[in-house]
Amino acid sequence: MTMAKRIPWTLIVFVAALTIPYLGSRFYTFLATDIIILALFAVSLNLLLGYTGLVSFGHAAYFAIGAYTCGILMKTYGIPFGIGFVAAGILSGLFAALFGFFCVRLTKIYFAMLTLAFAQIVWAICLKWNSVTGGEQGLLNVPSPDLGWMASLPLIGDMRSADHFYLVALVLVALCFAVLRRIVDSPFGRILNTIRENPERAQFIGIDVRRYELAAFSLAGTFAGLSGALFGLFNRGVFPDFGYWSKSAEVLIMAILGGMGHFWGPAVGAAALILLNQQITAYTQYWPFILGTILIILLFVFPGGIVGALHAGYVRLRARRDA
Amino acid sequence: MPEPSFLFGQFLGGLTTAMFLFLIASGLSLIFGVLRVLNFAHGSFYMIGAYLAWQIVGWIGPGSNGAFWLAALGAASAVALLGAVVERVLLRHLYGREELYQLLFTYALVLILGDAAKVLWGTGQLSVSRPPMLAGAFQLFGATIPYYNLFIMLLGPAIAGLFWLVLHRTVIGRMVRAAALDREMLGALGADVGRLYTGMFAVGSFLAGLGGALVTPIKSIVPGMDVEIIVEAFIVVVIGGLGSLWGTFLGALIFGQVLAFGILIFPRFSMFAAFVLMAVILIVRPWGLLGRPLRS
Repeated sequence: MTMAKRIPWTLIVFVAALTIPYLGSRFYTFLATDIIILALFAVSLNLLLGYTGLVSFGHAAYFAIGAYTCGILMKTYGIPFGIGFVAAGILSGLFAALFGFFCVRLTKIYFAMLTLAFAQIVWAICLKWNSVTGGEQGLLNVPSPDLGWMASLPLIGDMRSADHFYLVALVLVALCFAVLRRIVDSPFGRILNTIRENPERAQFIGIDVRRYELAAFSLAGTFAGLSGALFGLFNRGVFPDFGYWSKSAEVLIMAILGGMGHFWGPAVGAAALILLNQQITAYTQYWPFILGTILIILLFVFPGGIVGALHAGYVRLRARRDA
Repeated sequence: MPEPSFLFGQFLGGLTTAMFLFLIASGLSLIFGVLRVLNFAHGSFYMIGAYLAWQIVGWIGPGSNGAFWLAALGAASAVALLGAVVERVLLRHLYGREELYQLLFTYALVLILGDAAKVLWGTGQLSVSRPPMLAGAFQLFGATIPYYNLFIMLLGPAIAGLFWLVLHRTVIGRMVRAAALDREMLGALGADVGRLYTGMFAVGSFLAGLGGALVTPIKSIVPGMDVEIIVEAFIVVVIGGLGSLWGTFLGALIFGQVLAFGILIFPRFSMFAAFVLMAVILIVRPWGLLGRPLRS
């Protein structure tokens, strides 16, 4: 444990991620961008799922709100990316606070159902409000952020614009991760843990459970919105599907696949799922079938996800060495 | 103001939709009431029922009354068997675990069955014609009503009545109600709860399969019908109350009319109205109109 603790894994991964554009492959940059953005989405969900113990079946709503906010501001109003990005976080956070206000009053299956209902409302609005969201066609040709200033920077100046966007996204995602990490390690994060372990006891020792749950819900929505904003730009378009319930299920699967018991688990799950999807869709169009099978194996054999299984293996190895 | 006969026709259309939804949602509600599992794969069972009905009609040769009814019952029974196997072999092992695992398990079934149907039956539209005995239509207050729709409108209340009789007048029904209230106590009293669960999952799946088989003369069979119906069935059970038979019936009636008249009032937002209704019910009365609050 001590050895593993001393190695700054987070920093190593971040530096390794920074070097991906130097591999010179369009495809690797594309994959890496996809992974980091969805990793943020999955980690934001885990603030609810793993830390607070709330099963949201409508997290895609905030992803979609963020994506549409940023996309509409940039495309329709010509507002620069920086402002659009911040606005996406604020608006999705506000909607999460509004919807969350009602959701946290419910427990368990009813909580999941209400998050689902709100997400479907968001989806239906995105699908039908043609004049603003583009309706079924989606919001096409969202302009790329103006990253011309990066061309004058040393080392990265002569890269492709997709690489520039990747680096910007990477820095923004890393900042979000840093903030999320601070949140879960703070006293506030500990209280969320207490609520997950035993809501009645948390109430009993004077914690206003609903208020903390609402705060967690709003924060999770904010970060989901930020990842949605990035995803819309990466995808060069925003579509109603971003908010559909299958998207909410997908991000839940990422979190479970990686392991919701660890901060980085959902990020690992996002990476694993995207890479697996890339590999498998090259051979067969029946990706959902494979995903369903993986999910069943996961639920029955590795309920702790990838990180949970690795950690269990590591603990066993250490126990053997110490014996 | 539109013609009264038009409104009446719209009302009957909503009623037909409602009875289909009741057929499907009652199975979902039954499974939730007894097993406390929210089954996302219920829509998939409905879809499999539809495809199987098409398949069986194809084998026997279409055009006869016998072929249609045999196909409907055969498809529903096959789906019931599928449900029983899934419950016995897999789902059973997740009962002790968190709800999230059960939800995701049934979602995995959605993914697997959706692709399995594509492999077996392709992605084109399929349809089954009405049985000859119900082929015509009649006029009532200026609205044209196909006999088949009348049959569906009568089948809904008949199934509800049968349900009530079984639940309240038989030993099995008493066990089902007891299991919904306190499964440990029922087990301690010597009832075979495991078999009861398998049986109830099979009955719920049978209803989904039957709904799917009977919908084939009205709607074409397409991939994606599983996901579409499960969302609607969720709305119905939430409105009426998860686990409540009459609640589900009432929920289906309300939802059917919201769809039928929502299309007239705000054509583009009828689905939106349904989700808003679902959210409002969950906020005001989470256990639904006729349901009872869950004991924790």
